[in-house]
Order: sequence, then structure tokens, then C-alpha cells
Amino acid sequence: MTRAATVPPPAATAPAPAGRSGGTGRPRGDTALLGLLGFAAFLLVLELVPRLGLVSANYLPPTSEIAVALGELLGESRFWTAVADTLRGWFLGLAIAVALGVVVGFVLGTVPVLREFTASTVEFLRPIPSVALIPLAVLLFGTDLRSVLLLVVYAAFWQVLVQVLYGVRDVDPVARDTAYTFRLSRWARIRHLLWPTALPYLLTGVRLAAAVALILAITAELIVGAPGLGNEINRAQSGGAVDTMYALIIVTGLLGVAVNVLARRLERAVLSWHPSVRGEGTR
Amino acid sequence: MSGDARSVSGDVLRRPGAGRGRRIGAAIGRALWWSAAVFGLPFGLLALWWVLSADSETFYLPPLSEILASFDDVWWHSDRLRADVLPSLLRLAAGFLLAVAVGVGLGVLIGSFRRVRAFCEPVLEFLRAIPPPVLVPVLMLFAGFGNTMKVLVVLSGCVWPILLNTVEGVRAVDEVLAETCRCYGIRGPARLWHLVVRSASPQIVTGLRQALSVGIILMVISEMFAANNGLGFTIIQFQRTFAVTDMWTGILLLGLLGFLLAMLLRLFERSALRWYLGLRHSQRDDGQR
Repeated sequence: MTRAATVPPPAATAPAPAGRSGGTGRPRGDTALLGLLGFAAFLLVLELVPRLGLVSANYLPPTSEIAVALGELLGESRFWTAVADTLRGWFLGLAIAVALGVVVGFVLGTVPVLREFTASTVEFLRPIPSVALIPLAVLLFGTDLRSVLLLVVYAAFWQVLVQVLYGVRDVDPVARDTAYTFRLSRWARIRHLLWPTALPYLLTGVRLAAAVALILAITAELIVGAPGLGNEINRAQSGGAVDTMYALIIVTGLLGVAVNVLARRLERAVLSWHPSVRGEGTR
Repeated sequence: MSGDARSVSGDVLRRPGAGRGRRIGAAIGRALWWSAAVFGLPFGLLALWWVLSADSETFYLPPLSEILASFDDVWWHSDRLRADVLPSLLRLAAGFLLAVAVGVGLGVLIGSFRRVRAFCEPVLEFLRAIPPPVLVPVLMLFAGFGNTMKVLVVLSGCVWPILLNTVEGVRAVDEVLAETCRCYGIRGPARLWHLVVRSASPQIVTGLRQALSVGIILMVISEMFAANNGLGFTIIQFQRTFAVTDMWTGILLLGLLGFLLAMLLRLFERSALRWYLGLRHSQRDDGQR
């Protein structure tokens, strides 16, 4: 989500994935070393702050203690069940949202009248915070997986849909006219013209949706009480196991990083033909 | 939406010899078409909801007519607007504005210096990847159950999209403009304001938009956790006491607020980014015609 844009940047026809090192011919090792140093400094500060008594260790245990708690967690089957639960909610929700977003986006995007008549509704429904649905989810499904899915799908769907709508609109006029001249059938136009145009946008949408879906999966567990990491955090907190709570939070952060990295990998792999990705290699 | 409005008006413009009457007729037709396009589906959906739920016996899905009827009583004719909605909005505003200050400030700093960026980036990536609601329990430890905690929760979630987008925006400052500034000896605050912040502003606004939706979510969540007033608290209270109709009015109100705030931000965007939107518009048109 670094250069996340609901509206893709104007200069690039496609949302170019931001290069991690920042591009132009810098020594990569230098950057990586500084980054590592930064991380070490961060951990050191977190170790020292409670040790020096700046913040009570009851609130913020030193890094080493959190690390120990994390190690203990890794040995517990209960923890792994929670991770699996969270990932299941995340993945199912994301998959449903992407499928829905692609289908609805292409239908709305290719039929101008439909797009015109749904624009206001999309704009209205999109900013509705997904947490508004929490009480409804609780009443309807309790702490079931379906509660999680309701929230995840609702939140992630809009990310995908809006990106697809933008993408379908972005067809190159020359290519479009060419397709008409060659009398491509409707299906061929979708396959060869719309799909490649919209794909970069779609993948940006998937990347945004993946992050949002993880956040909502964990939120749902935290508040609704569905099984998963969020629920474990809640337990640890109310049980006074502060170090375990921090360890779990770190795990959610790592999951988030993993999701981002995976989404970027996917983007690069699927878009290997696209100038925005090819350009990076030649630079 | 605007793209289609243009194509409709394009049709009208292409008739060269249209008389005054026809032009007025066309204008009326256009207005009708536009309002049908904007209001058709929402009202259609509402009507559908109204009809389908009219004699709903399901406890969890009361008739829309009942929900709307009790909306006034629940929010308007009670003290809730002042006692619950206002505090929520104030917390949201405080957290959001703080996040803007911190995010843009730090973002400009980190974005301007390559080494600082290399130093901070992995940590930032990690911190950003932590789902913000997870920090609610942590901040509860530090700041108790009061307003401070809630403002901090909103801040902790809002700051990342703003910060990271600002960094990206600052990084992408146009080389030529930067060189020009150097040639003319524009430095310090003037350079910062006129070059760096201005060039980054489209990205910053994107960050603001993302931050706003995160902020609303966090405001509600922090209140669902531990509070004795606020929108989130009230809605959860309705849910726990099985006041389903009242709960539905709360959901509607939250949706409405989310929508209004997004509109507000868009108004701000329109005025703050007028130069940029105009630029983009002209570039797009060049490309298309």
C-alpha cells in the first residue's frame, strides 16, 4: 500500500509497483544495511525504554521478554490453530471479494448505462465503514466464520471493484479504435483489450484488498470473538499476559508484511509483460 | 461518472442546427437522465428494501419503515446527538488532524533524505503492517479508557497511510522543478512549501482519503471496546440489549456519517488540488481526442 492510490497516478498509465530500493542505480547493499541498522535500533530502543524505567515494564516489556514469549507461542498448537483460523477467514473473504469485484466491475465497466446508473450507489456504499456491520454480524452469525467473512468481503470488495472500474475505463483510444476496425467480437474485445488494460489496476486492487482483508479478519476476531489471532490478543490482554499480547501483535505485523510481499510478488509475476514492471529491470 | 455525462452532452452538442426549443428540450432531457442516473438505483434499492421488509417477521431484520420511523426518536429527539455523536466526531477530528501533522511532517523529513529513508523504511513497513485495531488493547494499557486513548488509537491508524504516501510523493518531486528551484536559489521554507509539499500534495490527499476511512473504523472500534459514550458504544449497547431497530438506525447513521465525511474530504480535495485536477484533465483530453 506504499504508493497505494484508489485513483492510480496520472503520469503512469498503470500503477507502477514502487521499487523497494527506490530505483536509480544506487548501491542496494547500502540501503539494505541502513535498513537493518534501523531495525536493530528500533529493537534496541524498545529494549532500553522499559529497562531504564521510562515506561513501566508492565505496559511495555523489553524486547527480549517479548521474544521469549514469542518463542513459547511458536511451540503451542493453540497458537497455530489461531493462525490457521485467521488465514482461512482472510483468504476465503479475499477470494470471494476479488471474484465478486471482477465480475461486477467488468459488467458495470463495459456497459456505460449500467456504470452511469450505479456510480452514485457505489460512491455512497463505499465510504460506509465496515465496522458498522459488526453488530449485525454478531446478531446474525454470532462468533461464526461467517461473521468474519461478512466484514472481510464487504471491506475488500470495494477496493477491487473501484480499481477494476478505473481500469476498464483506461482503455487506450487507439487500441479501442483498432479493435473496432478489426471487428473484434465482444468477447475478443474483453479478452484482448479490456482484460490486459484492467489487469494492473485489478492487481493493485487485490493488493489493497489483501491488506484490508487481513485487518478486518483480525478486527472481527478481536471484537466479535471469532476464533483466531485477534481473539487470542483479547484473551492475552484480559488475562494480563502482556508479553504474550505483544508477541501476538508482532505476529500479526509479520503476517501483514508477508501478505504485502506476496501480493507484490504476484503483481510482478502476473505483470511481467507490462512496461511498468519491465522498465524496472532495464533501469 | 463525469466521463459519461460528457458523452451525453457530446451528443447534444453535435446537432448543429438545433433550435432553441430543441435545445431546452435536450437540456431538460439531460437533467432528467442525470437525475435518473444519480438517484435511480439508490431509491430503487431503498424501495426494494422497504417492500421486501414490509411485513418481515424476522427479529433481526425489522421493516425499513419501522427503522426510519424510529430514527428520529433514537437520534434526533434525544440527547444522543450531543452526548454520543459529538464526542465521537471530536475524537475522530483530533486524531485525524494530529495524524496529518505527524504524517506530513515526518513524511517530508523521511522522503527528503535518502539515508533517513533507508534507515526507517523497514521499521515503517513493519509498523504499518500491524492491523491498527490490534493496538487498541495496547493503548488501553497505556492511556486507560479515556479520550486520550481513543484519540491515540485514531492517530495510530491514520498516520501510516498519510506518512507513507507523503514519503512517496516527496520522493517523486519533479527533477526539473527541483533543479529550477536550485538555480533560482529557492531554499528553506519557501522550497518546502512551494515545491516539496505542493508536488507531493496529490499523494498526500490520497493518503488522507485512506486515513479517513481507517480513522472512522478505529473511532468506532475504540468505542466498542471501552467507553461510556460515543457512537460505537451506543450501537453495541443496542445490539447487546437486542434493540434491533435502534441498532439498525445506528448502522444507518454510521453509514451516513462515513459518506458525509468522505464528501467533505472530496470538497477539500477539489479546492486544494484544483491545479492538479485541471492539469490531469487537460492531459487526459489530449490523449483521447
